Order: sequence, then C-alpha cells, then structure tokens
Amino acid sequence: MKKIIIQSLKMFLMITVLTGLIYPLAILLIGQIIFPFQANGSLIVKNGKVIGSELFGQNFSDSIYFQSRPSAINYNPMPSGASNLALSNALLKEQVNTRKLEFRGNNFLSDSINVPSDMLFASGSGVDPHISVESAKLQIYRIIKYRNINPEKFKLISNLIDSLTEYPQFGVLGNQVVNVLSLNLKLDEESKQWKTKK
Amino acid sequence: MNYLLDFFQFILFLGLLTFLAYYIGNYFYKVVIGEKNILSPLLLKPEKLIYKIFRIDENEQMSWKTYLWSVLALSFINFIAVLLMQLFQQYLPLNPQKLPNVEFLLALNTAISFVTNTNWQAYSGETTLSYFVQMLGLAVQNFASAAAGIAILLALSRAISFRKGTTLGNFWVDLTRTVLYLLLPLAIILSIILISQGVVQTFSSYAVAKTIEGAQQVIPLGPAASQIAIKQLGTNGGGFFGVNSAFPFENFTPFSNFLQVLSILLIPASLVFTYGRMLGNKKHAWMIFDVMMFVFISGVAFSYWSEVSASSTYHTSQLMEGKEARFGVFNSILWSVATTAASNGSVNTMLDSLSPLSGFVTLLNIQLGEIIFGGVGSGLYGMFLFILLTVFISGLMVGRTPEYFGKKIESYEIKWAIIGILIPSVVVLFFTAIGSTTNQGLASILNKGPHGFSEILYAFSSGAGNNGSAFAGLNANTVFYNVMVGIAMLLGRFGVIIPVLAIAGNLVKKNIAPDTAGTLRTDNPLFAFLLLSVILIVGALTFFPALSIGPIIEHFLVQSGITF
Repeated sequence: MKKIIIQSLKMFLMITVLTGLIYPLAILLIGQIIFPFQANGSLIVKNGKVIGSELFGQNFSDSIYFQSRPSAINYNPMPSGASNLALSNALLKEQVNTRKLEFRGNNFLSDSINVPSDMLFASGSGVDPHISVESAKLQIYRIIKYRNINPEKFKLISNLIDSLTEYPQFGVLGNQVVNVLSLNLKLDEESKQWKTKK
Repeated sequence: MNYLLDFFQFILFLGLLTFLAYYIGNYFYKVVIGEKNILSPLLLKPEKLIYKIFRIDENEQMSWKTYLWSVLALSFINFIAVLLMQLFQQYLPLNPQKLPNVEFLLALNTAISFVTNTNWQAYSGETTLSYFVQMLGLAVQNFASAAAGIAILLALSRAISFRKGTTLGNFWVDLTRTVLYLLLPLAIILSIILISQGVVQTFSSYAVAKTIEGAQQVIPLGPAASQIAIKQLGTNGGGFFGVNSAFPFENFTPFSNFLQVLSILLIPASLVFTYGRMLGNKKHAWMIFDVMMFVFISGVAFSYWSEVSASSTYHTSQLMEGKEARFGVFNSILWSVATTAASNGSVNTMLDSLSPLSGFVTLLNIQLGEIIFGGVGSGLYGMFLFILLTVFISGLMVGRTPEYFGKKIESYEIKWAIIGILIPSVVVLFFTAIGSTTNQGLASILNKGPHGFSEILYAFSSGAGNNGSAFAGLNANTVFYNVMVGIAMLLGRFGVIIPVLAIAGNLVKKNIAPDTAGTLRTDNPLFAFLLLSVILIVGALTFFPALSIGPIIEHFLVQSGITF
C-alpha cells in the first residue's frame, strides 16, 4: 500500500509537470509567436486605448449604431452568462414580445415584417458579437434617419453590410452573420466622408 | 434555415468522425501493446525517460486489486492537490486579478468534479479561479482523469483476452502511454488550431476596454487554449470561462466549433476500435460502434426536429435563446447531443433554454449511463456492463451458459454488472427526490413548473453520469448542491470503476472456451439489436417516470401555450 501511495505521488508529479507546465507553456510560446493577435484576445486598439475585442459584442443603445443581440448581462462578461430561461417560462414569452415590438418601433418597421429570431432571443455568452445579415439590413433606415444623412446612402450601407458578412466557413460550416462592432466601426469611419442632409 | 447545409454538415461530421476514430483507434492499439507506431521515433525516448526518473518498473504486472488501489490512490492525491490549490490560490502565483481563496464547499465540489472527469462547475472561471489553479490544477486533471478512464478500459480488455491470467497490466504504464501518445499530441494540434481561430492563450491580466459608447467592458483572458483542447478531447468539458464554449474566447468560429464537437466524440469513438483490436475481433467493435452511432444519430435527428417544430410556439423561425448567432440552431443541437452522449458536458448553447424535447434528449443521453460513446474509457467500460447483461439475458433465452469471448459469464460477473448499472441510476433518482422535496433543493430553481423539476433532475443526472453540463438556471453554488452533487459524482465514478475492475479480476482467471455452433455471436446485427433493446429498456424503465413529469409534460404544456 505504501508503495502504491509513493508511486501515485510520483505519477501526480509527472503528470503535473508534463501537462500543467510543459504543455501549456509550449502552447503559450507557440501561440504568442505565430498568432500573437489572437492569443492576446484580438483586441482593437485605437489611439493607444483598448476599445474592445473583435470577438466580443458591445452594447449599442445609441440609434446611430447597429444594435447587437439582447444580452442577459448587458455585454459585461464578469461573469459571462445567459438568461437560462426555459421556453415554458412566462418571462421569456414576455421578453420576446417586448423585443419584437421594440425592434419594429425603433426601426420604423410595419407589423407585417418578421423580426429575425436573433433579435428576439438573448445569446448564450452574453457577448455574442454577431447578428444575422437580415437583422442588420432592417436597421439601415433608422441609422440613416438618426445620422441625418441622405437616404441615397441606403445602398452604400447595405453594401457595407455585404462586405463585412461572414459566410459559412469553407462554404459549409456555420451561419451567415455580420460582426456588429466591426460594422459600427466601419460605419463611423465611412460616414465621416458623407455629408449630412441639408 | 438552410436544411441542406445543416444536413451536409452532419454528414461531414459523421464521416470524419468514423474515419479518424478508426485510424486513431488502431494507432492507439499499437501504443498499448508496446508495438512500434508512427510516434514512437519521437516519443519512445521520453517515455523511457519518465520510467527512469520516476522509477517505474515497466514490466511489473498488477492484479486487479493493485490496479484499483493505484487508480484510487492517484485520484485521492489529485483531489487533495486541486482542493488545496483553490483554498490557497491568493498566495499562489499567476493570479493577476487577485482573486480570493475559494470558499471550502465550492472548492470541495470542484475538486471532486475534476478528479472524477465530470467537470460540473458551480462557479464561473473568470471571476473565481486564478490562472494557476486553472492551468496546474484543473487542466492537469483533465489529462489525469481521462487517462485513468482509458487505463481502466485497457485493463478490462486484457481481462477478456488473457487466458487464465492473473494480472491486468500496469496502471502507471497505461497512464503514461495514454497521456504521452494519445492525449498530448492531439491536444497540441487542437490547441494551436484553436488559437488561430481566436482562442486566447496568455498570462496577461484582463483587458479593460472603453467601448464605442463609452461603457467599461472587462475582457477576461488567460491560458485558455491549452485547457480547452484537452477539455474536449478528454470528455471533461469544464470551461475556462463561465459560459463554456459559447464564449467567444473559447470557441469563436464555426471551424473551431466543428473541431471541438468532433473532439468530444473522437477518443471515445476511437477506443471502440482499440477495444476490438485488443479482443481480436474487429466486427465486435463495429457492432458496438453501430449501436452507439444509431442512438447518437437518432438523438440528433429527434432533437433537431423538436427544436424546429417548437419554434412555432414563439411565432418565430428559430429558437435562439441561449444560442450564438454564428453557430445557429443545428450546430447548437449537434453539440448538445454530442456532449451529453459523450459525458463531456461542455456546451456552446444553454441547455436550459432548449425546447423541452431537445432537453429530454440531453437528459436521456446521460441517463442511459453515458455509454453512447460516453466518457473516454468510461463510456466503453459502461457499455461493457450492458453487453454482459445482454449476453446473460440472451443466454437465458437460448438455455446456454452465457459466454463473452469464450469466457463464462456467471453470477459473480452479473452481480457486479448490476451494481455498476444500478448505482448511478439510484443516485440520480434518490437525490432528485430529495432535491425536489426539500427547501434547500427547491430554492435554487430558476424556471418554475415542470422545468424546475428538470433542472434538479438534470443536476443529479449530470453529477452521477460524470457529465458536468447543467440546466444552468439552477443555482448550484449552495451548500445543498455542492455537497449532494459532490457525492453523486463520486458514486457515479467509483461506483462503476470498482465493479468493472472486480469483474475484470474475475474474468481474467477464466479459461477461454472455443467457439461452437451454439455460441451466441456478439458481432452480428442480431446481437446489436439485442444490446440496443437492453440499453433502451433499462434506461426507459428506470427514468421514464421522472422524464415524464419533467421535459415530456413540459412539451405538451408549451404546445398548448401554457407558461409559468
């Protein structure tokens, strides 16, 4: 028995050194050398300040921006979290109805337009960076209105969405989505050149 | 939704899984028997070096009792180490966020959870654990508990294939080879690919961003990639961050998602072929693989149908609550079925918000005993118990002494097999009964109505099945759940390991009777059908009453528009 315990201690040590030190440190080194941007969180730095991560959604309440998906944690991942509401929970049903009305109201959409599901339901991570292309396009009219720019720019903004659309990876994997933070950054950048409507 | 694309992704997944599992399974067989293999030029020297440094006698052969005591001793030391690291994390290095020591009961629960390959998490990593504890505590257990499970399977396969033997191999050698030749190489490849897809691997403290609208957003970081790779490969499932693989830093692209969900099933599926080679019957391996695949595919199809059809109750095209836009419904469903079939427990979607019958599939997967691929090693040795039961029942039907690979299956084996099958089931039902009738149990529920019952049922199924996923609305960090789920995890792990090794110890001594015309074949479709029936009948009889007052009744209520 004593022999077994001593052997176990030695094996514990072996596995800890091998898989708890050598392995993660090697991956750290490789990651930091080959993919330093990703390994450090794909942070977006502007004028020396971190303004977010390409992988994280942000809360956009201002009507001049594309809005992200509903989040149970208001995009502050400390800790990350979801609503965990069940389909049989009355609160979820209520939330979905409210979001439907709000999305239509905010974006001047008629009742006949179906609000895409991603805008009705909160995400799993609470920081989902994406929305569907459809959800983005339904917001264009509002953005034009609140940015007070020429309605002719509708096509330009629509093209902007298309240019940032992420298609299924390798043509098969995943959904067609657009990153809201990238989209809003691009929108801010582009709109500097657009004159506001007289 | 694009059904065609979903279907194509599924076919791709199944094809790649089968292909890789077959080759890795055969490769690992060579590793196990010490034959020259593709990695031996690279790893033979380190392997021998480990034996030399740690004075392991490679040729020592262990009886089943020595093998079992070694498993238990290592698990106990691992448990103490992980517990202490958490209790004193603020005095340890690599804690840039200055996180305080973990409270005792939570630390206890977490230590049991990771040592038993469960990875039930009553905490959120980003606000609870330092990089030190994650990397040197939890990630190490992801390797150790996985390797221990695989080693036990190897011991079992020797017991079946040795003629009148006494020993089952050497636990330390099995453990070392599994880590070195199987887990580490795959984890290295996977973690590097994951980093390229956005998964973080850094020691920096959390970034603080000032968002476009001026709000402050804390961006948690850490050495995540190395841990996430092994969390999937070792069917551990414990997330580095709270929401697991739904979190962008754990799983950002559809490609990383595909690789992770593939990794969940990869090793359990491969081991089926390793097992077949060790028993010298590839057809038997395919029989087991087909049964597992059948239940798995049925689960995915049923769950997907449920999710699509239930969307009408919300007058919308897709149910996206708790799901990430980049994955959509299909990838979320595929993951939820794979992770519960395989005793993994990682999630990329919130299981609590699945449609009732999709939730039913996840529960049933766990309750069948985590044998549909199951945990690494543990899935197949759990399946072995069901095979024994099937052999026994069919033997009674044809009036012959039941045999498995020429070894007589007698009352000793059947008694232990029944114990191994019953312990987890009894734990699930009794603990759920306690949880749903006491204030301590009920206080943690988030969703009211039948779904609240499902949350409790899920917690104990997950604990006893060593799965680790949750209907996460349940507040698990309470005295009641930390203690009760802790006990469930221990019973679910060792309540199966001990019977399996006891059976192995008895089987190995037996002679191998030659096949005759009357021998019940265990490698044909008839046996596959019998096995499948036994699994479903045992699972259904045990859990149908509980499931019907949980997800099944919820389904009908949701259909008729009733909410709570």
